[in-house]
Amino acid sequence: MKNNAKIAFDPEKDPLISVKDLKKKFKGLHALNGVSLDIYKGDVVFVVGPSGSGKSTFLRCLNRLEEPSGGEVYFEGVEITGKDVNINLHRQKMGMVFQQFNLFPHMTVLQNMIIAPMQLQKISRADATEMAMQLLDRVGLKDRADAYPNQLSGGQKQRIAIVRALCMKPDVMLFDEPTSALDPEMVGEVLQVMRGLAEEKMTMVVVTHEMAFAKEVASKVVFMADGVILESGTPDEFFNHPKTERLQSFLEKVL
Amino acid sequence: MEFADKFQKDFYLNFIKDDRWRYIVNGLGVTLKVTLFAVLIGIVLGFVVAIIRSTHDKAGSMSKFLRGTLNVLNFLCNVYLTVIRGTPVLVQLLIIYFVIFASVRIDKSFVAIIAFGINSGAYVAEIVRGGIMSIDQGQFEAGRSLGFSFTKTMMLIILPQTFKNVLPALGNEFIVLLKETSVAGYIALEDLTKGGDIIRSRTYSALFPLLAVAIIYLAIVILLSQLLKLLERRLRSSEK
Ligand SMILES: Nc1ncnc2c1ncn2[C@@H]1O[C@H](COP(=O)(O)OP(=O)(O)OP(=O)(O)O)[C@@H](O)[C@H]1O
Ligand SMILES: [Mg+2]
Repeated sequence: MKNNAKIAFDPEKDPLISVKDLKKKFKGLHALNGVSLDIYKGDVVFVVGPSGSGKSTFLRCLNRLEEPSGGEVYFEGVEITGKDVNINLHRQKMGMVFQQFNLFPHMTVLQNMIIAPMQLQKISRADATEMAMQLLDRVGLKDRADAYPNQLSGGQKQRIAIVRALCMKPDVMLFDEPTSALDPEMVGEVLQVMRGLAEEKMTMVVVTHEMAFAKEVASKVVFMADGVILESGTPDEFFNHPKTERLQSFLEKVL
Repeated sequence: MEFADKFQKDFYLNFIKDDRWRYIVNGLGVTLKVTLFAVLIGIVLGFVVAIIRSTHDKAGSMSKFLRGTLNVLNFLCNVYLTVIRGTPVLVQLLIIYFVIFASVRIDKSFVAIIAFGINSGAYVAEIVRGGIMSIDQGQFEAGRSLGFSFTKTMMLIILPQTFKNVLPALGNEFIVLLKETSVAGYIALEDLTKGGDIIRSRTYSALFPLLAVAIIYLAIVILLSQLLKLLERRLRSSEK
């Protein structure tokens, strides 16, 4: 498969995802104004910033759910924004979790989880089911395997959405405000699952408003405003010693 | 007693004598056959047109060649929808029979199936397109983000949900079509309506044959509507 050709990519040294001067225009509105960022294996990058600053757009450009208008995204050494790239192959390695869960309502929990590995990676039903049941067990939802999504609570739905993405054995997980649609009492159970992933050194990019959570699990925090990255750093630098005025006033408001 | 006497006589004249009931029964068979196959053609055609149109509207980046092909197909679909929905079904039937199939001897019920199928397809297409558009965009994105192609996302995620959503409307289309096929007599197809009309022309008594025809249509429509309601309830409860 020529599209998967990797050009001397060393996962221990080279960034897993490299974003260069990424731009996105929506009919005259510049949602992204040249964003560059390197994400290495095992990084847990949190993206925060005011509403409308381009966080979701940035995340969705990483797997080209949103088509960038300029710049490049490299994933595992391949320029996935390039011409003639079969993006479907690369997306299999990039799990995504949405604010609105987006479980398939016509399928049971188990079917939701095994359909992609079976269809796309030609894994047998038995093997896919075994893997799915293990993941369900890990998030404490083994007994809901045969339930339909609308029989589940929001927190349960989001935990299923996470393990559905994990069934593809992705190399990176992208989260777009995974807890924003949840009732407060269900936020904890989802964050717990994400915390577990971070501890296992899963590479993650997380857009969130949960600052305390970012402080706790991030390896790097990125501040976006007006479609650019204004500031970034370790959680300590970011939250305790913010440099730009924009970030200082943002933190004052949200903390 | 005079009324009962007359009733019996008319009944005998219109249905029993010369086995005239056969016109009704055979006609009913033709009507059901034409409706059933026309609906099947309509569903296939409707889904194809709806998929082309929503792919045209929805699909993201693709090669120039694909995009060009899609534009042409979409244009043809729009012409089809405009023409079929903008002209009476009877005119379409007549044109297909007397113009398109003018020089070939062909089974009339086949012509009717084609004509009503093509007609129904246009209405089914709009039903299905509405169904596809009503599926949350997030479903689409979830499918694509897992690595499914546009086509696989359609087949595995969008269309199964669409089908479930539009099933009641498709059932309704079946009912509408059943009644619309009653104009098939214009190409001398002996369907249920035509059967009743033939009896009327033989016996010179209109009430009995036409009433019988009306009652049969009504009975089928009521039956189908009840089945449809049952189906809808089943579908709704399986979501819970
Ligand atoms: N599909 C779209 N069409 C047009 N404009 C869009 C589209 N998606 C996003 N935008 C605009 O792009 C800008 C950035 O949006 P984006 O959703 O990336 O912000 P965000 O940082 O995720 O905000 P929030 O915290 O509210 O989710 C906003 O001004 C938004 O209105
Ligand atoms: Mg957002």
